[in-house]
Amino acid sequence: MTVFIIRRLMQSALVLIIMSLLVFFGVFAIGDPVEIFVAADADQAERERAIKALGLDRPIWAQYGYFVVNALAGDLGRSFVFNIPSIELILQRMPATLELASCAVMLSVVIGIPLGMFAGYRPESRISKTIMATSIAGFSLPTFWVGLMLILVFAVELGWLPSTGRGQLGEFLGIRSSLFTLDGLAHLALPALNLALFNISLVIRLTRAGMRENMPMDYVKFARAKGLSQKRVVFVHVMKNIMIPVVTVIGLEIGQVIAFAVVTETIFAWPGMGKLIIDSINNLDRPVIVAYLLITVIMFIVINLVVDILYSVLDPRVRLADAGKS
Amino acid sequence: MRANYADALRRSVLTAFAAIWIAVGPSQAVDAQDLIVGVGGNVTSIDPHYHNLAPNNGVATHIFDRLVHQDEQQRLIPGLATEWRPIDDTTWEFKLRADVKFHDGAPFDAEDVLATLKRVPWVPNSPSSFAISTRSIVETTVVDPLTIRFRTAKPYPLLPNDLSIVNIVSRKAVEAPTGDFNQGRAAIGTGPFRFVEFAPGDRLVLQRNDAYWGGKAHWSKVTIRVITNASARTAALLAGDVHIIDQVQTADVPRLRASPQVALSKVTSNRLIYLALDQARDQTPFVTDKQGAVLPNNPLKNRKVRQALSRAINREAIVQRIFDGEAIPAGGLLPDGFFGASDKLKPDAFDQDAARKLLGEAGYPNGFAMTIHGPNDRYPEDEKVLQAIGPMFSRVGLDTRVVTSPWASYATQSSAPNYAFSVMLVGWGAGTGEVSSPLRSLLATVSREAGMGASNRGRYSNPQVDELLARALATVNDAARAKLLAGASEAAIADMGLIPLYYQVNLWAHRRTVQYTPRADEYTFALHVRPTN
Repeated sequence: MTVFIIRRLMQSALVLIIMSLLVFFGVFAIGDPVEIFVAADADQAERERAIKALGLDRPIWAQYGYFVVNALAGDLGRSFVFNIPSIELILQRMPATLELASCAVMLSVVIGIPLGMFAGYRPESRISKTIMATSIAGFSLPTFWVGLMLILVFAVELGWLPSTGRGQLGEFLGIRSSLFTLDGLAHLALPALNLALFNISLVIRLTRAGMRENMPMDYVKFARAKGLSQKRVVFVHVMKNIMIPVVTVIGLEIGQVIAFAVVTETIFAWPGMGKLIIDSINNLDRPVIVAYLLITVIMFIVINLVVDILYSVLDPRVRLADAGKS
Repeated sequence: MRANYADALRRSVLTAFAAIWIAVGPSQAVDAQDLIVGVGGNVTSIDPHYHNLAPNNGVATHIFDRLVHQDEQQRLIPGLATEWRPIDDTTWEFKLRADVKFHDGAPFDAEDVLATLKRVPWVPNSPSSFAISTRSIVETTVVDPLTIRFRTAKPYPLLPNDLSIVNIVSRKAVEAPTGDFNQGRAAIGTGPFRFVEFAPGDRLVLQRNDAYWGGKAHWSKVTIRVITNASARTAALLAGDVHIIDQVQTADVPRLRASPQVALSKVTSNRLIYLALDQARDQTPFVTDKQGAVLPNNPLKNRKVRQALSRAINREAIVQRIFDGEAIPAGGLLPDGFFGASDKLKPDAFDQDAARKLLGEAGYPNGFAMTIHGPNDRYPEDEKVLQAIGPMFSRVGLDTRVVTSPWASYATQSSAPNYAFSVMLVGWGAGTGEVSSPLRSLLATVSREAGMGASNRGRYSNPQVDELLARALATVNDAARAKLLAGASEAAIADMGLIPLYYQVNLWAHRRTVQYTPRADEYTFALHVRPTN
């Protein structure tokens, strides 16, 4: 297990280096940030001053070398636009995204698994068919359209919920979050649902498939023959077995909803990281783009590692072996 | 017994909810004294000298004042200076307003102006500095606490215009870093509102400055919310979450007009959308014969070809079909009424026969082929406009292809030193509110030393325009300068240095409970939002 983890971490370091190179040179190829930052009526001398002030007057490889040296010391550079260290900027935005993402994932588990289990347990019932048909809609409708429709129906027409933005923050155990006020929760409801919709559908379908696959299996028959109650068979034995694909997918989805909630955050004007990255790309704010993607890669690496470890907990047959030995 | 427990439980849960509701409820209700503004531009800093960027300048105006203010048509009006005049060719004297206090109670005087002039060029890491507005000043003399004199190296009539975008900070903030402004410690101005809270990318909260010299604002609390997505902004307004939004997108106009709770306010903008034409190179990369080979002689250097292009464009159709009427066909550099705008310049009439005839006279009776370039995320409907212009050119015999790209890459490609394109769609907002701004940047011969033609993407050069502009920039008398500027723009347009397309119309939408005085410079000022009686 330890060897497995060490090997994984070394691979990750390589991924990080390649990623930073790609992003660094990619952003350089797109365009010159100074053309975007500088006031339109600035003259040539002012443009040159800005290029110098942002360190863009050096050749690109020198800029990269400078970046690597600083990054090893834990400094990923200052945002060109905000004049704030990019890590600090991302961490400022992180709580908003995390609360949105955690609510979305929670919704997909709380709604998706029971509905999926039901649909798999009683595949022929009318309710199951309705669930499955709806889940297709959840899959295929584009997020931005659903988001705008949610706003239109619940905020504009019915006026039940606020249309955009993050609500009031409450403080609980020293954490400031909009989860702790009613106003905050009201603001959170629509974007979280919008972000969760795809995942709910995914979890429903996975869970249903797992149910249908497992119910006719021998171990279920054996458990029934042993006289276990139907409840125990479904909620303990079958559930354990269908959880493996679901955990994998939820693990990946956590990463997805944290890193790429861009569309939802933009439509609902949610001040999270997704909105930051899209603004930064439009502004060619390279330090933020690089730092953001590095953090995202690290997050995915950690999540994958946790998922792998969870497998071995859920299914003792899975061994986290060193590839050389197996 | 059991029922009792359940009852007790139910009661306590209800009580808890009621308690939360009471605790949270009142703050939710929008107070009649509160104003919530939804803006489309992302505010990146509260430091008024860090980044010369429209959204930042817009919010800074709430907290800070300038020596000279601009009214809604960008005419200069007294701000922290009550009057200003040139006392000789190179010296300006400004009389400062008496009895003005900063938000922390400190009195304002010439020392604060000195501190501001010191801070402007100092701000570290500035991606776009305000030093371009203060560097004409070579010497500052404080005559008395309320009189200050600026000496310039050359006669410089635009100093009051330049100073109308420089926000005055307190002398205590002279060395305050940008972060101190964002956290509010240094965000102390003399403006109509005090800083309360800034959450980047989300909102800025302000409180009324009851001691404001220019009269109290109507709102005790103002929240400026950043909602960059135009549809979301419209939805927030329709849902009643905000009172007023700016940058209304054309597609939402019919819907907003139909809503009984909402009204629109509009004014002609200071922003001209135009086509820049490469007139410097003998061969320009995107003008070819119909087989795709680059033409040996750049036809865009021929005035008749440029005039033909202008005549081939149906400006009225663009305005009506793409903008639903919310734009103005343009024939000059700034709409009538702006300082130095020529009232003789009218939009070229759409006439395909005239265009074909001009092309024939220029030696291209069978036309040629070209690719025209533009951004797709910078100006309202920019891509659609270009897609409409392409076929208009094709109809007079110029096979035209349209290529658009995001501003992030287009801006670099289209300007110095790349100059990658031949025909380009660009926009220009005159920040100073007068015609020298587009003349200097777009039409003057490119010169690094003189600071001219920095955005002259076609590298147009006309000695007559340069000469008139130079004379205007050295003429302190307003009427004489306005005449010279009008003359320079007439010369440039007669020569088709660029092809004017249309002036944008700035649109605000607001609940009928409030009114707004729309501004040519696109800013949304909470001070100018009033409750409807």
